[in-house]
Amino acid sequence: MAEQPGRAGLDARDETLGQESVQGASVRAAVMQSFAVDRLDWRTAFLVPGLAIFSALVIGGLILMATGSSFSDVLSAYRALFMGAFGSWRAISETLVAATPLILAGLAVALAFRAGLFNIGGEGQILIGGLFAVILGFSISGVPAPLHITLALLGGVLGGAIWGAIPGYLKAKTGAHEVITTIMLNFIALRLLDYLLLRSFIQREGRNDPVSESILPSAQLPRFLTPVDPSLRVHIGIFIAIAIAALTQWLLFRTKLGFEMRAVGANPVAAKYAGINVGRSYVITMAIAGGMAGVAGALQILGVLGRATPGFSARLGFDGIAVALLGRSNPYGVVLAALLFGALRAGGQEMQATANVGIDIIAVIQALIIIFVAAPALIRAIYRVKASSAQAPISKGWSG
Amino acid sequence: MTRLELRGITKRFPGVIANQDISLKAEPGQVLALVGENGAGKTTLMNILYGLYQPDDGQILLDDKPVKFKGPGDAIAAGIGMVHQHFMLVPVFTVYENVILGVEPTGAAGVIKTKVARDEVIEISNRYGLAVDPDALVEDLPVGIRQRVEIIKVLLRGAQVLVFDEPTSVLTPQEVEEFFVIVKELRDAGKTIIFITHKLKEAISFSNQIVVLRGGQVVGSADPKTVSEEEVAAMMVGREVDLVVDKEVARVGEVKLRVRNLMVVDDYGRPLVDGVTFDLKGGEIVGVAGVQGNGQTELVEVITGLRQPAKGQVELLGVDVTFKSARERHALGMAHVPEDRQDMGMVGAFSVMENLILDSYYSPTFAGAITLKRQPIAKNAVDLVEQFDIRPPMPAVAASTLSGGNQQKMIVAREFSRDVPVIVCSQPTRGVDVGSIEYIHAQIVAKRDQGAAVLVVSTELDEVIALSDRILVMFQGRVVAERVTSETSPTELGLYMAGRTN
Amino acid sequence: MSTVKQAKVLTKGQRRRAQILGVIMLLLSVAVVWLFIPNAAGQATFGLSTPDEAIQLDPLVVPATGSLWFLAAVLAFLGGTQFFRGFQSKATIFLGVALLIFVAALLVWATAGKDFSLIGMLSSTIARCVPIALGALAGILCERSGVINIAIEGMLLGGAFVGVVVGSLVGGIGGLLAATASGAVLAWFLAFFAIRYRVDQIIVGIVINIFVLGLTSFLTAQVLVSRPDLNDAPILTAWQIPILGDIPIIGPTFFNQTWFVYATFILVALIAFGLFRTRWGLRTRSVGENPKAADTVGINVNRTRYIAVTLGGLVGGFAGAWFTIGTVGRFDENMTGGRGFIALAAMIFARWNPIGALAAATVFGFSDSLQQKLAVLQVPIPSEFLAMAPYLVTIVVVAGLVGRARAPAADGQPYVKE
Repeated sequence: MAEQPGRAGLDARDETLGQESVQGASVRAAVMQSFAVDRLDWRTAFLVPGLAIFSALVIGGLILMATGSSFSDVLSAYRALFMGAFGSWRAISETLVAATPLILAGLAVALAFRAGLFNIGGEGQILIGGLFAVILGFSISGVPAPLHITLALLGGVLGGAIWGAIPGYLKAKTGAHEVITTIMLNFIALRLLDYLLLRSFIQREGRNDPVSESILPSAQLPRFLTPVDPSLRVHIGIFIAIAIAALTQWLLFRTKLGFEMRAVGANPVAAKYAGINVGRSYVITMAIAGGMAGVAGALQILGVLGRATPGFSARLGFDGIAVALLGRSNPYGVVLAALLFGALRAGGQEMQATANVGIDIIAVIQALIIIFVAAPALIRAIYRVKASSAQAPISKGWSG
Repeated sequence: MTRLELRGITKRFPGVIANQDISLKAEPGQVLALVGENGAGKTTLMNILYGLYQPDDGQILLDDKPVKFKGPGDAIAAGIGMVHQHFMLVPVFTVYENVILGVEPTGAAGVIKTKVARDEVIEISNRYGLAVDPDALVEDLPVGIRQRVEIIKVLLRGAQVLVFDEPTSVLTPQEVEEFFVIVKELRDAGKTIIFITHKLKEAISFSNQIVVLRGGQVVGSADPKTVSEEEVAAMMVGREVDLVVDKEVARVGEVKLRVRNLMVVDDYGRPLVDGVTFDLKGGEIVGVAGVQGNGQTELVEVITGLRQPAKGQVELLGVDVTFKSARERHALGMAHVPEDRQDMGMVGAFSVMENLILDSYYSPTFAGAITLKRQPIAKNAVDLVEQFDIRPPMPAVAASTLSGGNQQKMIVAREFSRDVPVIVCSQPTRGVDVGSIEYIHAQIVAKRDQGAAVLVVSTELDEVIALSDRILVMFQGRVVAERVTSETSPTELGLYMAGRTN
Repeated sequence: MSTVKQAKVLTKGQRRRAQILGVIMLLLSVAVVWLFIPNAAGQATFGLSTPDEAIQLDPLVVPATGSLWFLAAVLAFLGGTQFFRGFQSKATIFLGVALLIFVAALLVWATAGKDFSLIGMLSSTIARCVPIALGALAGILCERSGVINIAIEGMLLGGAFVGVVVGSLVGGIGGLLAATASGAVLAWFLAFFAIRYRVDQIIVGIVINIFVLGLTSFLTAQVLVSRPDLNDAPILTAWQIPILGDIPIIGPTFFNQTWFVYATFILVALIAFGLFRTRWGLRTRSVGENPKAADTVGINVNRTRYIAVTLGGLVGGFAGAWFTIGTVGRFDENMTGGRGFIALAAMIFARWNPIGALAAATVFGFSDSLQQKLAVLQVPIPSEFLAMAPYLVTIVVVAGLVGRARAPAADGQPYVKE
């Protein structure tokens, strides 16, 4: 959050406004300044993350070389990474496919950050949301596609919201730290899914392994690049995700609820003294965050997977934390960060296939990106960049 | 021989000179009072003496030999002991553990010799009359005893110079007396005592020399035997000070807030507020006096709806609000200036504009069903910033960048700008500069004259007396006295604050 | 807040919590009557000795239905007493007793008409509590000094990987030492980012977890698959302590184990003693509670934290070696499977006390081992639900149903000199 001290320029412009009263002008100036406080500051938003990504790739390359790759191997691996992410229609499609759930998983973390909560439960929320979506996806028949998709998505919202609201409620009522409860609920969701996938009403007929029925064609999200190439998988989920990002920005900075959330996040004591129900805010925030993660799960099911398998979330929830950190908990920043991580995922597949470099190196690179972004002072020290704005701490220990 | 001498100490911080060319001397057996307003540079000077800061210029001499402190460790080794305003104790440790921390008597493999440690504590407490149980947990001890633990701590480290930062600000009048008995004991044992205070009475009664700081400089020193309180005050502030608040006779109206038999208990069932009953009428200011921690905080929390009472009733404008939320009371007509401005009164990361609607953002003026109305919010901010003279006059800056006085003005602006019948002000001027104090006091009186019922809770007895028409004194959760201000004296109130009952 | 004993008026919240606990116990009793008794018949036979022991005990044989009724009655009595009178400060202990009785009932029911080796389960409980107890110790060392350690999982996984690779190359002891060192390296990074760059400690912990999981998975796929000789470390075998190991029941449970088990007991004692009896411990705890106070008496806050966190890492890395060198001798992707988080819960459960951590770890180890054994008995309870149990218990514990845990006051807060 960039603070914006004096804006002499704006004051000067006020004088040129002529007939308008000075006060009216300063009211408008105040609107412009104060509501712009949380807009993305493009320069600071790109420099440190850019250098962080570069540094992470360098270290990733060193790790590759330590495991026997030559320098030219590393270059060709990164070439494959880049080509797999952006080099063709297929690459772009795959990048967007990977980015879609990441946007929502990232928003689920970012929104909670803003409201003073650390949501590590994206993984479980995605699983439960996806589970609801898959059940609605195969069990309802004979309805038109738009309605079926809407119902299945809403099911995803509901499932994720329930799973998210539990830690919110526990924090509000008992003070249980959400980091612990969300981690535990991740494991519980994983086991619950394992169990349910073997029940007859979900398991695909004739199968002994844990796999659900497939969703009906009417629940499948339309793919919009099929005119270019019928096999391109990118689906309308990307638009849904971006729309939800815009909605989140609006929610945080334009609504009463967002005001409450941000007040609770920045100073819960003062929020309480101002008459805001802090506990209620925790529950609502976590329900909304969980709902967004639930949509991520639903989009994966309805747009990509078509059915549920054990652990289908594939660590999306954890990548969401990384995305939120990289995007500095700003909804639009989250979109950009998710696109980057989507590109890494898509490119990583290509890297694995053509350069024979294990996809897990991507997780290492992502971890490095996060730590460099979280420690901007380190990046500045390495590259001798001047400091800009300080980052607010996100959590305050177990009792916070 | 001079025990301690400072020569031309100068310390600069970005944008400010905290200390400029400060020189002073202290002999063994001397009690030196260092007085000055908040921001006069007292604490910086003491931190330099304690090795927490290095001076940019100047010299420290101990027993006429120049010394340099790289950290508190050096200062301690040289015989300087500091008792901080906020005690530096570990609450979950016992007394002796706190005392020996850093200088533990140990045997093989660093195992602490518990018995030796305890005996050392007992020996020192006997020698200087500092009775304290070495095995008690510090968190269970009253403030006065905790202070003794701090004193034992510095004595164990062989301190010859003892520095006290605002030593009496959290003590009861009784504990204050006991404290100065201890100070005399230490002085007679040949120690050098420096105490920092803004309470002029104490400086004059208990020291041999007074040094006054203003704006980072020594502006004078005085002999407490010959100087008057007013003279020191004038030196401290740099102009004549009007310690009295101008106000007209109260025109008391109807009862606006009725509090009946309130009882609050802590998690262990011990009473924090014990059977408090009073009425607050329109057009009057009622002050609640008392030493910190005697239930005032909890009383305010119950009245404003932030805490549930175990028993009793709160009635606002004839409506029973005992179990209504803070929001509902706010909407009914209650304003609240909380005691801790940084933690409770504002969101530092929010702009001034957002802070000015922190508790009324939901009202139809500022919001629709879902969204905020940006134009009225901005207009409100521009108006209030001008009306209450909040500086800098920029509604868009983050509130955390404002000075303490301006932050408090911002909170007062938010709470006083609404036309509310009942106002609760907790510590309205704590840590605020003199100019802002005068301004805030005037605003409180103006609200009273417009017919509002005002409850002022303050641990500064002078403030309570200056503002209130009527005074309640709280001690251990009970109201032990109720007096009309014109019919009582600071001495009488002080006795009640110390626990005398009717 | 205090330990001062005085007459207590229970607040509403406390009374409600006491009643909730009572209801839980009563529900357990009902569950025994409802779920277990109708399906239990015959005798339950519990083996008390392993075949190779010097002194053989006769198996314990109990009539299933009768003993279940008895256990249900005890549960109902406990629940009723708790509901109406409340055990107050001892409520936690009695809840533990009630859960134990319930588990006993579960075992009687599951074993009805069959044989079950009680000793086998106790012995595997102790073995399985090792990584959790040691992980919790790693957390305690860090957090007592004021640095939140959510990276226990990463330390375990890293230790497991390094242990197997170095162990394959130079032997078990070398692997053990290397694993221990790898934990210290990770911990040093935690301290470095948390202290030097004041990065949010939970974020550093998560990053370490992601990093280690990614790197070990990458190296497993990239290197170990093609070099299986690097994934084949010697296993440290059990070593029976003479005389003590021959005592019935206790011997096979505690004294016929690997060095990991003995080391766990030694480390628990050592760290408990160190934290509460020595200069190092006093200073470390003071830094975790009130760093400013420690600083003003000349204690170097950040150095104390570096040391404590690094020590925690040593313990965490050592614990990680258990997964490979202590059990199977080979590494699999993500083989720690969340034990680090269970250790974290055990640490909170134990209120940052080493001995309590051992007790909590035993509970989790027991549930882990119970899950395995019940599967063998073919109990009609889905194994997924048994697997969930520790996580549910953790949530209940953290939600403070058994009393609020109080973390070190400065836990998670970087220390900044003014």
